[in-house]
Amino acid sequence: MPVDARTLALQRPRSLKSALAMLSKDPALTPIAGCTDVFVGLHFGTLDQRRFIDLWGLDELRGIAAGGAGRAGKAGQGLRIGALTTYSEIIASPIIRKRVPMLVAAAREIGGAQIQNRGTLGGNIANASPAGDSLPVLAAADARIVLRSAGGERRVPFDEFYTGYRASVRQPDELITAIEIPPIAGRQWWRKVGTRRAQAISKIMFAGVNGPVVRMAIGSVAPTVVLARKAAAVLAGGGTVAAAQAALKDEIAPIDDVRSTGGYRLQVAANLLAEFWRDTK
Amino acid sequence: MIVTINGKKRRLDVPPMARLLDVLREDCGLTGTKEGCGEGECGACTVLVDGVAVDSCLVPAAHVDGCKVVTVEGAAAAKRSARALQNAFVEHGGAQCGICTPGMIVAACTLKAGCSRDEIKRALAGNLCRCTGYISIFNSVEAALPPARKGPPSRLALRRANARARRR
Repeated sequence: MPVDARTLALQRPRSLKSALAMLSKDPALTPIAGCTDVFVGLHFGTLDQRRFIDLWGLDELRGIAAGGAGRAGKAGQGLRIGALTTYSEIIASPIIRKRVPMLVAAAREIGGAQIQNRGTLGGNIANASPAGDSLPVLAAADARIVLRSAGGERRVPFDEFYTGYRASVRQPDELITAIEIPPIAGRQWWRKVGTRRAQAISKIMFAGVNGPVVRMAIGSVAPTVVLARKAAAVLAGGGTVAAAQAALKDEIAPIDDVRSTGGYRLQVAANLLAEFWRDTK
Repeated sequence: MIVTINGKKRRLDVPPMARLLDVLREDCGLTGTKEGCGEGECGACTVLVDGVAVDSCLVPAAHVDGCKVVTVEGAAAAKRSARALQNAFVEHGGAQCGICTPGMIVAACTLKAGCSRDEIKRALAGNLCRCTGYISIFNSVEAALPPARKGPPSRLALRRANARARRR
């Protein structure tokens, strides 16, 4: 049953500062932005929240900046992407195309133009779905999440952000304000496998970086995105693809659900590892 | 809340979390915008907000406060390209059952002159047709788009033309 809109409350802060003040007073407020997940939950009656705080108008959370500004990571070489950056903005950004092409590839495969125009990177992280398409990319890119509350700011490495199924270290009074991506050395690779080539929720996603450091991250194969450290260590140490595939199967725990089976996902994850390694050689 | 809908300013008294789709259909009587899936998969409810295509089933009314919203009714009345699209859909069999058509037309309004087939497909990727008449829909859009306009030549083109003239 759709929720009656008259029963829903919406706070509309005009600045990040006042948004953080509202959240510290009332941490039960649920932040919303592009609403591409929230409105689905409301319409199908799967979302319990009734009181929201709207971030969509906060331009402080927009923008893509490279280097400089001191905030963008060590030596000022990183990339800072505002939490409200939409997939369309990611696709159109020359600097992201150049430095994180796997993020552009993932953004292109998230919904159609209408969703890409509204969905935000911060929202994909906060929604914490195991099938969030940008999440394996951020794990493989060794990104950091910038969290801010009225009390201050902190940075969390991406692979320490999630603590379980749809659970993260973000406190109720904290907002994701930006995502920082360090320079990535090596070749990047992205592949989404769904029922169709477009407009389908993922059965499995794989993001990889083959460089001085090998990183592979896989989505939809566990309660949260998995950074396959052991399999990556096998490949980086000169091991065979078969040995890496065996290590990978110990690191992931795919389940049967409406979109696919655990067995299929296990096999496809191993296949994608081989394809990643072959393509980025 | 004040919204400009199809060029006309309207004062609306609606809940901030009402779906834009419902505001358009129920409060404004603009029933050209259709509800298909209600979850941002099908694109039947596509409208333009400040020129950007969105699924109106996923937009809270609060997000269009002070914005310009264009629905299929407004697109047809205000934009020559939308009229061309309508005619092309008739001529090339772009509509079968018709539920997806308003969304297709509005999404196609974001395309620039001289778009390639691939660009058309990408712009319409978020619009599903249950009759699966995609080829006819792409043909219709292609037929309606004006060819790329020739602007003044770029500096590079001028330099090359000059170099060719000197060689001669």
